Amino acid sequence: MSDTATSEHSEPVAEHHDGHDDADHDEGHSHPSDWAYAKIAIVLALVTALEVFTYFDTVLDWGAFLVPSLIFMMIVKFYLVATWFMHLRFDSKLFGRMFTAGLILAVGVYLVTLTVFEFWV
Amino acid sequence: MSAEAVVADQGHAADDHGHDEHATTTGLSHTKLAMWVFLGSECLLFGGLISTYLLYKTRGNGRTLPTDVFDIPFTSVSSFVLLMSSLTMVLALSAVSRGEDDAGRTWLLATALLGGVFIGGQVYEFTSFVREGVAFTTNPASSAFFTLTGFHGVHVSLGIVMLMSLYVASVKGKLTQRNAETVEIVGLYWHFVDIVWIFIFTVIYLIPAD
Repeated sequence: MSDTATSEHSEPVAEHHDGHDDADHDEGHSHPSDWAYAKIAIVLALVTALEVFTYFDTVLDWGAFLVPSLIFMMIVKFYLVATWFMHLRFDSKLFGRMFTAGLILAVGVYLVTLTVFEFWV
Repeated sequence: MSAEAVVADQGHAADDHGHDEHATTTGLSHTKLAMWVFLGSECLLFGGLISTYLLYKTRGNGRTLPTDVFDIPFTSVSSFVLLMSSLTMVLALSAVSRGEDDAGRTWLLATALLGGVFIGGQVYEFTSFVREGVAFTTNPASSAFFTLTGFHGVHVSLGIVMLMSLYVASVKGKLTQRNAETVEIVGLYWHFVDIVWIFIFTVIYLIPAD
């Protein structure tokens, strides 16, 4: 961060630069290297390959573990993209809260909707 | 807002990594905050479309269901292509943030091309589905399927338009390290589209219908 930029700003930003003690104002931390991004992409590709592997159930019968396994792998991929590629791991927590609020609202609303329409029966 | 308008709006001081400091009440970029709020609202849109498909997926009215004609190996390749476009997108941001404009343009173009390959695959998939008797109005299941995946395809297409706008802005010298945040904001949208497909691929394609 340039000193010029820091000196022009309001107190919250100045606090951030002084001590990095405000988790809500940590925008601007250095991002990972290109190799780190590539490693995340390799993990994503491997998880996707495993997901597709479950489709060929003549190779291995996943049985009752199929759906939970697929959902777990989906969440892992979601987490990796959101935290690394979308930088939620490095940016201000406020950004993540805005997104999570919408996500939780959507999941809640549509779980209720699916329940009302007896999707689980 | 067009990409060039966003570029013009990002005239803040920036450090060596292209991070802007913002003279706002939060000390954060309100443009980026607005994008995150927008993406949060998009969760509701796609949540509604996914839920609708889940409710209708077995309603075939005696005709062919989308699940009967799924080509999982083909869709898996499309999914992989879109997933890798997230890597090229983040590499574009990384390059622009370092002031490497040529590399940034290359990665932006690569991302747009991968997105184009995904859309091409979707067009092929839709066409083959129609040939096999599953069209938009065939039954409630097909309507819900085409609406969901079609909306996602429109999002990817809009993302490609944004990426190409960034590419043109970069060629014209209007996209530099100073306003790398513009690339980051378009990148957030692009990664979100990828995340939505991660959900769709698992919930719609891979989890068995019955």
